[in-house]
Amino acid sequence: MLKRIGLGVLLLGALALGAGWWITAPARVDASRFTGVSGDPVAGETVYWASGCASCHTEKGADSRLVLAGGVRLESDFGAFVAPNISPHPTEGIGGWTLTDFANAMLLGTSPDGRHYYPAFPYASYVRMTDKNLADLWAFLQTLPASDRVSEPHDLGFPYSIRAAVGGWKLLYANTDWVADAPTPVLERGRYLVEALGHCAECHTPRDQFGGLDLTRWMAGAPNPSGRGRIPGISPAQLDWLEADIAYYLETGFTPDFDSAGGSMASVVRNLSNLTAEDRNAIAAYVAALPPAD
Amino acid sequence: MSISRSLLFTAAFALAAGTALAGGHQGNPAVKARQSHMQLYQHNLGILGGMARGRVEYNADLAVGAAQNLATLTTLNQMSYWTPGTSTDDLGDETRALPAIWEEGGFAKAVEIGTAMAAAAQNLAAVAGDGQAAIGPALGAVGQSCNACHEAFQQPRN
Ligand code: HEC
Ligand code: HEC
Ligand code: HEC
Repeated sequence: MLKRIGLGVLLLGALALGAGWWITAPARVDASRFTGVSGDPVAGETVYWASGCASCHTEKGADSRLVLAGGVRLESDFGAFVAPNISPHPTEGIGGWTLTDFANAMLLGTSPDGRHYYPAFPYASYVRMTDKNLADLWAFLQTLPASDRVSEPHDLGFPYSIRAAVGGWKLLYANTDWVADAPTPVLERGRYLVEALGHCAECHTPRDQFGGLDLTRWMAGAPNPSGRGRIPGISPAQLDWLEADIAYYLETGFTPDFDSAGGSMASVVRNLSNLTAEDRNAIAAYVAALPPAD
Repeated sequence: MSISRSLLFTAAFALAAGTALAGGHQGNPAVKARQSHMQLYQHNLGILGGMARGRVEYNADLAVGAAQNLATLTTLNQMSYWTPGTSTDDLGDETRALPAIWEEGGFAKAVEIGTAMAAAAQNLAAVAGDGQAAIGPALGAVGQSCNACHEAFQQPRN
């Protein structure tokens, strides 16, 4: 996944340079968009667990899933991304940000000083989040402990270290379109939890030559970014579990034959175990209703 | 069939059988031992999980037996299972045990997870006789240790 993203970013960056910087300049949300949207930290906690911030932004091996000190290294062939400190610390974290700064980062991948974030930060999924939930999440993040841990720079070789190249990638791949149909309220909730918050496809869907998700092979499984084994497909072409089996796995990590979840999924399960059974059931309903893809 | 041809046939058959046998018995004994150990976890958990999920009728004797097996399994000395030189780097697809186990701090972490799991399994054994509703949460606590160890040390399937 990360290798593909790197290559895609590079190619599209070359295209973007040709087309002119203006096309790919980092976008920002309208300054007035969040006036009147007030966040509720209790609802924000659900958004937090569903969207998995803790998997990348808590220190590896840390006991607490709530200290967002950063430090997880996302390895790839061309270097490593290091997730930054996003705790409410005023200087080392994002304590000095406004809700609008946060929205620019989460929905558009744009930093307060107007640079592109790399898509290793899954804003191409979070862009589908509702404004209300974004404000809720922001309110919840304020309640978490501050950490003074200094964020490390990414460890990327040239030319991947050029952020401007990400602009072209975003033009092609970051949009608010839904992928699957959701004809019932439960499926609609499931789709929101999977496609917007849970960013399941970022791992479970293979990527095209530019590093964008291949929508024709939605959830069909993909190479493991750490290079070992595969991320299994979870469309009905790969996974024949009952809906209840999927929900139980998301709660406990136990497969129907009582093997237990490993790799990066173990952390996803730890997050999802904090959701209500209704929400896990909605995710399971969405997964079970996926069209088979291979 | 002439004698020489039938001898040849026998020889060829023996060779094929020999290869098949070797194939069956090849494989690193430490890897086989630890995978078998994991399968025993899986088997006993399956009995309890079936009851916890209401798939199988609750039976106190079966539940306590499986939970006690699980607790006993966590007390076995596993030193000989995790010999150096038996990671995915050394043996490829034969194992899913990541080199991280043998790297700095890996063993200590595995012991820490194993210790937490032993405590959770003992608790499970203590409550497994208390009825169907008691099993689910206690089983979930054991599962957290399984997940934690697989997160750190087990490669996803190919
Ligand atoms: C898959 C890993 C991953 C997940 C999940 C993730 N992030 Fe990040 N995040 C990153 C990486 C990597 C960066 C750095 C991006 C860059 O520097 O271009 C980042 C950057 C950020 C930043 C910018 C920080 C700064 O100092 O500029 C914010 C804010 C942020 N993430 C918030 C979140 C929130 C909130 C969530 C959960 C809703 C989340 N992230 C989930 C990997 C992740
Ligand atoms: C000390 C770390 C550790 C703990 C604790 C642990 N596992 Fe494992 N497990 C592993 C590793 C490493 C492998 C890969 C072994 C190999 O392929 O050589 C594995 C493999 C497995 C397998 C596949 C076995 C096979 O046939 O290849 C199953 C099933 C399994 N574990 C179930 C469980 C269950 C259930 C639990 C909890 C009750 C558990 N494990 C606890 C580390 C652990
Ligand atoms: C960070 C990457 C990542 C994300 C995000 C992710 N998964 Fe997974 N998933 C994995 C990996 C890796 C495995 C294989 C686990 C193992 O080896 O035990 C897996 C396994 C699974 C399985 C079991 C498949 C099987 O055949 O054993 C299901 C079901 C699943 N994931 C559903 C989801 C859902 C639903 C989401 C979103 C809410 C999600 N995953 C998000 C990486 C991820």
